[in-house]
Amino acid sequence: MGSTPVPPFLAPIEDLRQRLAEAERGGEGRAEIARLRTQLDDEARRLTADLTPWQRCLLARHFERPHTLDYVRGLFTDWVEVHGDRCFGDDPAIVAGLARLDGESVAIVGHQKGRDTRERLYRNFGQPRPEGYRKALRVMHMAEKFGRPVISFVDTPGAYPGLDAEERGQAEAIARNLREMAALEVPIVVVVTGEGGSGGALAVGVGDRILMMEHAVYSVISPEGCAAILWKDQSEVQRAAAALRLTSNDLLRLGIIDEILPEPLGGAHMDPALAIRTVGGALRKALSGLRRLKRTDLPRRRFAKFRAMGYFSER
Amino acid sequence: MAWFRRTDEPTRKSRVPEGLWVKCEGCREILYKKELERGLFVCPRCGFHHRVSARTRLAQVFDDGRWKELFARIFSTDPLEFVDSKPYAERLRALREKGSRSDALVVGAGRISGVKAIVAAMEYSFMGGSMGSAVGEKMTRAIEQCLKSRLPFVVVSCSGGARMQEGILSLMQMAKISAALAQLHAARLPYISVLTDPTTGGVTASFAMLGDLNIGEPGALIGFAGPRVIEQTIRQTLPEGFQRSEFLLEHGMLDMVVPRQELKENLARCLQMLA
Ligand SMILES: [Zn+2]
Repeated sequence: MGSTPVPPFLAPIEDLRQRLAEAERGGEGRAEIARLRTQLDDEARRLTADLTPWQRCLLARHFERPHTLDYVRGLFTDWVEVHGDRCFGDDPAIVAGLARLDGESVAIVGHQKGRDTRERLYRNFGQPRPEGYRKALRVMHMAEKFGRPVISFVDTPGAYPGLDAEERGQAEAIARNLREMAALEVPIVVVVTGEGGSGGALAVGVGDRILMMEHAVYSVISPEGCAAILWKDQSEVQRAAAALRLTSNDLLRLGIIDEILPEPLGGAHMDPALAIRTVGGALRKALSGLRRLKRTDLPRRRFAKFRAMGYFSER
Repeated sequence: MAWFRRTDEPTRKSRVPEGLWVKCEGCREILYKKELERGLFVCPRCGFHHRVSARTRLAQVFDDGRWKELFARIFSTDPLEFVDSKPYAERLRALREKGSRSDALVVGAGRISGVKAIVAAMEYSFMGGSMGSAVGEKMTRAIEQCLKSRLPFVVVSCSGGARMQEGILSLMQMAKISAALAQLHAARLPYISVLTDPTTGGVTASFAMLGDLNIGEPGALIGFAGPRVIEQTIRQTLPEGFQRSEFLLEHGMLDMVVPRQELKENLARCLQMLA
């Protein structure tokens, strides 16, 4: 799992970023800094103009991308994180709590990945166990009880495929969240910020508005898993990534998401503050639209939304 | 709705080979096929539960083997134009030509010991019982029919999970079906989930675990992640019996493990008390 966190195709950009940072630190002349910045922008523009689906997967996993707690810190005030599922334990791979957005209180749930090795291990690489999903559900039920909207940030390689997770009912935890989120009588806005990894993502991904970052991906299985099963060959990840149709454009076209949120040039990690502001704007717009709806209408509308997903023939 | 029309197709086995004699997959004994069939494809020697087709299953649980198929015209398409070693569209065409006309789910209406019910059974021989858009739509319509006619719902799962060839669309069927089950839940109509070998992935992590009652068949593999993936993750060999029905019962995920011969009677008893 990623001993070199930066994928090779980003090397030219990473190199320029480093040189720019050094120039700024070292008090280089304005002209030199401007030149490096232009060069970096050009390189980023060139690169993101035609990313392959597999490159998008790698970009979506970039360790410097804003994670859930970065969005929480950047957009909300009075953050109160809560812990535990009241059954077994607390899962650091999912964060949940209450906060204010423009003064109004909301509930927040989301996957949490780490940046350095220690934190990545602590967060289990953003792969939740059942208690994470149960903690998220507990907070969503609390939001319903007190009439607060729910904001969910999706960013996970998938639910943790471990022995303990199976023993404690990983499948049941995910399944219950799907049913309960469908029935929740408060607005739910979902933002797919990085990796939407299968059932482990969907377990906090049922909502009234589904937003997706431009370079995020969302898939039924990872390209690695798909390549191993269908091609029986790990080196077929590129083809698997393309076949799965997992980019934000694909998902909009297939009617899965409502809106693509544009990212800074080169990806969210190039200018996290800008990416966070974009998400903030989209969240405010989505919430203000949903606040006007009657709470008892929400489950019926949400069912209709997901009811319409899928393609089949009938003859 | 006509409840007592005979279906066009009698019992048909899926994994039990042709011929008068068959070898048990559990104990390797040679068995007289008629005898095995009379015992609902459970080995009379060792109790191994052989996999049965969706149609055989429906004939086993409905009174006198009579039921009416619903939503049979819904079939998968290839919205992603998915190609792995073979185009998905070609796989579908081949299956259709072989006579599979119900995709990986057969929905039937009938009576279980007198109790009217809708039963949806998954068909493993159709791409591993995988769940794509057609399965999602049929399951949703079955639930909507239950809501409309105030009927209890039974699902017999037998599936490797979501159908990769439909990508994100197959993932969303988990949400679609679970949202429909939320409606059934709110309407206080009984839903019993029967989990058979194998029930894994997105099927377990959605409707299969959401029964008012979850019933496992003896020895069935039931889980979210497959055993091989788990072994690769934890770099350990899994203990004997891990992810089998009896293990899930012990860990509180199933209400009961019921041998196939007693399934119909059990379903009827529970439905009579809940419906
Ligand atoms: Zn036997």
